[in-house]
Amino acid sequence: MPVIDTQREERIAPTSAAHASADHSAQPGRPPHVQPFEEPTAEGIRFRKAAKTYRGGTEALSSTSFAVAPGEFVSLVGPSGCGKSTLLRLASGLDTVSSGSVEVNGEVGYIFQDASLLPWRTVQRNVELLAELEGIDRATRRALAADAIALTGLAGFEQHRPLALSGGMRMRVSIARALTLRPGVFLFDEPFGALDEISRERLNDELLAIFARERFAGLFVTHSIAEAVYLSTRVLVMSARPGRIVAELEVPFDHDRSPALRFDAAFSRVASEVSEALRAHS
Amino acid sequence: MSAPLSRVRRTADAPAKRVRRIAAPFIVFAAVVTLWWLFSTYGLEQHKRFLLPPPGQVVAVGLLDPRNRGEIIDGLLATAQVALVGLVLSIVIGTVLALVMSQAVWVEQSIYPWAVVLQTIPVLALVPLIGFWFGYGFGSRVLVCVLIALFPIITSTLFGLQSAERDHRDLFRLRRAGRWHTVTKLLLPGALPAMTTGWRTSAGMSVTGAIVGDFFFRQGQAGIGRLLDGYTQRLMPEQLFAGVFITSAFGLLVFWGFGLITRLLIGSWHESARTSQ
Ligand SMILES: Nc1ncnc2c1ncn2[C@@H]1O[C@H](COP(=O)(O)OP(=O)(O)OP(=O)(O)O)[C@@H](O)[C@H]1O
Ligand SMILES: [Mg+2]
Repeated sequence: MPVIDTQREERIAPTSAAHASADHSAQPGRPPHVQPFEEPTAEGIRFRKAAKTYRGGTEALSSTSFAVAPGEFVSLVGPSGCGKSTLLRLASGLDTVSSGSVEVNGEVGYIFQDASLLPWRTVQRNVELLAELEGIDRATRRALAADAIALTGLAGFEQHRPLALSGGMRMRVSIARALTLRPGVFLFDEPFGALDEISRERLNDELLAIFARERFAGLFVTHSIAEAVYLSTRVLVMSARPGRIVAELEVPFDHDRSPALRFDAAFSRVASEVSEALRAHS
Repeated sequence: MSAPLSRVRRTADAPAKRVRRIAAPFIVFAAVVTLWWLFSTYGLEQHKRFLLPPPGQVVAVGLLDPRNRGEIIDGLLATAQVALVGLVLSIVIGTVLALVMSQAVWVEQSIYPWAVVLQTIPVLALVPLIGFWFGYGFGSRVLVCVLIALFPIITSTLFGLQSAERDHRDLFRLRRAGRWHTVTKLLLPGALPAMTTGWRTSAGMSVTGAIVGDFFFRQGQAGIGRLLDGYTQRLMPEQLFAGVFITSAFGLLVFWGFGLITRLLIGSWHESARTSQ
């Protein structure tokens, strides 16, 4: 399978920005590489006491601190409505914090809860969309899309429209679309929540393979404890709303995982720890 | 994955369905004509037959006589021309207005009430004024069409532009897409299903507008409205019926044409265009 490695340097420089921050932020006009922090900023995601209260007064996220480095895949589990999507929106810059700060370095890929494909575009054109918005020329766009399509197992489906695809295939297109820009930070909001178990497990393995190749900083929201443990280097457990991180569990397996791992005793042990932490705080 | 399957199934039973779809309306038509013939021949006394001339007579006098047929078709074409120009203008103006309104809430709030006012004033009452101010020519007739047909274009286009999904908007926002990209790559294509519905509604209204204008503005080339009125006044039922039929046939043609346009624009991806024929 071809590695998406073309034109990484030729592309527009990845945006490096400290999103919204209540106390200190990159001033407008300041070149993005000049950081107003004393300590050097690591790559990846860093939340420092970030909190979010929506305009209506809903406190969705209370003071939250954590970091995800490149090459780390971190899952986030928590009860329904506890602020997981809010946290991702803060990380992506779609929303701004009410207090604290969020720092994200690198191109951001965002996978929404549903695949959010444009129904009038074919698979090929959907995958090309982000490059198109960046103003990347047609030939380069084609090459980027072709690589992403091969990597996500979509070859042969280029001319299909989303309407003609299964849920799993749509999610693959969504991931391929995000991959074209080679994100250094990859955010997933319950991407496989609506899939049947078989598709979900297959996509888990495909995502592991993509992660092994791309080594982005991954932040993955899910309702499935098994999925969280299977995919991650670390699992963060959130409390009920207003969400905060109440437990952080290392997953003691290397990243070369196979489906048999799900039936391993060590796997069950980690899963039950996550489950316990969840129950204790919801 | 499922596409090739469903496509195969669709072509497999398509012929039978198509025959039924085309034959059914004709059977209804034949039944109606038969009833009509029975009634006009046996149900009406000779001196009342002008109320409903038998179908054969309508065809012979109204449709087969080249002079009458030519007159009706010329009138219809004149009206159709007014209606078409009015519709195209409505679509252009309405789409631009809706686009502008969709870009900022304050613009929407300052224009929308006036669009509603335009819709609620009885255009019939305005028509004499329009003739008084702008004359009785082509331009005035088109203006009547636009006044009648504009509102559905504005509302349907605006609705379409505003119905983009939140995730899609977020995706574009995340990539810092500019206004132009957002409009051309997201909002307009997404609005097409609603827009084509608006076009279809307005097409009918524009034809109505052209006929209304024709009734009121008694100068210039006679359109179908004035012709039908003349046939009524001069008690020429065969021509009157033939005129009504030709006009309906034209309406069908327009309806079919819009179905075709809709399918071309959104047929490959929108549910509505796949299920409706
Ligand atoms: N734009 C908004 N304005 C006001 N309140 C909001 C907004 N978005 C989310 N909320 C509220 O904030 C809380 C957290 O929402 P969020 O979507 O982040 O939760 P979640 O953990 O992703 O939930 P789920 O598990 O259902 O996906 C909820 O109570 C929600 O109603
Ligand atoms: Mg959510």
